[in-house]
Amino acid sequence: MSEPLLELKALDVFYGPIQALKQVSLHIQEGETVSLIGANGAGKSTLLMSIFGQPRASAGQIVYRGTDITHKSSHYVASNGVAQSPEGRRVFPDMSVEENLMMGTIPIGDQHADEDMQSMFELFPRLKERRNQRAMTMSGGEQQMLAIARALMSRPKLLLLDEPSLGLAPIVVKQIFQTLRELGQSGMTIFLVEQNANHALRLSNRGYVMVNGEIRLSGTGAELLGNEEVRKAYLGGH
Amino acid sequence: MSSAIANNPMDIKKSLVDAVLAGLISLIVFGPIVGVVLDGYQYNLEIDRVAMIVGVVMLGRFALSLFLQTAKGMAMLASFESSDSGVHVLAPDYKSRLRWIIPMLIVIAMIFPIFASKYLLTVVILGLIYVLLGLGLNIVVGLAGLLDLGYVAFYAIGAYGLALGYEYLGLGFWTVLPLAALAAAMAGALLGFPVLRMHGDYLAIVTLGFGEIIRLVLNNWLEFTGGPNGMSVPSPSFMGLEFTRRAKDGGVPFHEFFGFSYNPSMKFIFIYLVLFLVVMLVLYIKHRLTRMPVGRAWEALREDEIACRAMGLNHVLVKLSAFMIGASTAGLAGVFFASYQGFVNPASFTFFESALILAIVVLGGMGSTVGVVLAAFMLTVAPELLRTFAEYRVLLFGILMVLMMIWRPRGLIRVSRSGVVPRKGVAP
Repeated sequence: MSEPLLELKALDVFYGPIQALKQVSLHIQEGETVSLIGANGAGKSTLLMSIFGQPRASAGQIVYRGTDITHKSSHYVASNGVAQSPEGRRVFPDMSVEENLMMGTIPIGDQHADEDMQSMFELFPRLKERRNQRAMTMSGGEQQMLAIARALMSRPKLLLLDEPSLGLAPIVVKQIFQTLRELGQSGMTIFLVEQNANHALRLSNRGYVMVNGEIRLSGTGAELLGNEEVRKAYLGGH
Repeated sequence: MSSAIANNPMDIKKSLVDAVLAGLISLIVFGPIVGVVLDGYQYNLEIDRVAMIVGVVMLGRFALSLFLQTAKGMAMLASFESSDSGVHVLAPDYKSRLRWIIPMLIVIAMIFPIFASKYLLTVVILGLIYVLLGLGLNIVVGLAGLLDLGYVAFYAIGAYGLALGYEYLGLGFWTVLPLAALAAAMAGALLGFPVLRMHGDYLAIVTLGFGEIIRLVLNNWLEFTGGPNGMSVPSPSFMGLEFTRRAKDGGVPFHEFFGFSYNPSMKFIFIYLVLFLVVMLVLYIKHRLTRMPVGRAWEALREDEIACRAMGLNHVLVKLSAFMIGASTAGLAGVFFASYQGFVNPASFTFFESALILAIVVLGGMGSTVGVVLAAFMLTVAPELLRTFAEYRVLLFGILMVLMMIWRPRGLIRVSRSGVVPRKGVAP
């Protein structure tokens, strides 16, 4: 097996006296789509943010492409090929769609901005319709598309997505996951953090299940979908 | 309801009620101020003066009320109450229809000192100094969204930079001008480092403390700064030529060198012209900065810090650059202020000054350059014009602020900026 793109080794993260992550280990191979599912407050978003050093891990190691990035700053991580679409979308409300996309090019400069923006408009035709509109005035689904597109503008090697389905209508969620599937098939490495276990696991090559800050289960997407415990806890007997 | 208005556009009764209400309010406001005159040890009631003011207010309100019921008036009202807030994004190749106004203003400004009296000149100099301060704070508060209540500290550093530099090192106006900007920028960085993690209210309190610390140091370090007695500041010179009637140490004063008669307002004309050039330069630099990546980064930081960091922006650099550039502008303003007054003391750098500068930025419209320039002149020239009402200056301020926040919550001039497109432009 080749060296993983990203590997977390026995990561411990604390918020003050509270331990949010306990000895979390996982790895992501290049080209894979990996999802992390779990209930509210299980520590999923914390794990994602700790890759960016916010909060910092107090023990353990984060290795990205052979480099230890445990103690690197957020902008170092972001400018070395890890892009994220943060929880709650967080697009720049007073900037237009195009300007938001331009902000995504900060880590690599704007020499590819032209063609990349074109391909984002192909990936999300809705954004093309709204290219000069302020991000604040768009629907939640469109903002989520924009957040993903903005992350992709930096030509990342690894795309981190935090709850892209949050607060969206089922049909929009379906659209977004369809686009993510296309992205994954085109070779992008995706790490998806989701509560919507059904959608996430169907999309993924592999998955991890997090409970109370620990990785409880792991396996291929299909295995986890078939797992009795997962079905009971997250899929509500679907 | 709407059809009733359409059939009978003039609702006279409503206008009359409006007029009576306005009259009552003006009676309450102006009655005690205008109507009661202290004469020796007794009060004189001046009913007719009050009646005249109230009458004018009522008539004005009646006319306004009638006008607002016409189609034109209603359209105006609608534009006032439009809820379309936020930054207006212009097309990248947008050219303002008012472009011709800039060269015209420059020409007017250049010939202005020939006609202006010395008094008018000093008022305009003060206005320009506040324009500089407003532009500087606008970067920190308006663009980067960092609420700074101690901004006057950098202004003080500039002003005292000139006074102390002359007293101890014999430096003149021209040497101190860049040095003061540099020193203020360093102080900005000094303040910037500890507050990097702070937001909103906490940041405001820390900067407020910083401003007071600087003022108190200036006030209490008697041996070095002269304390409340202040320090004198040298007059500026042009290529070593002084603007006094007789030059010191056997030098040649400016007017003798060029062979015309002495004019006491020459010093102010000189300060005015240099200040005007500096203001134009700062305006230009600011205009360019908002179109550069760093300007984008400031605005992004104001809108969402977490998203900024996820984008890989180095927020330390972004915040520090905003603090430093803002502070250096205030340092420049301080040098001009000191040489215009010929004297500095800590009483010029109180919290009220910070609040005034912040008022200029808020009134002008956060982030809007034209708005800040207009507001700076409004808030410094208006008190001069209303000299007789000097005590009511702060009251005027308060009323203006309240009205502004109701009708123009985004400031006098709505912030608009040109959009950014990739270099080659995306095909439609």
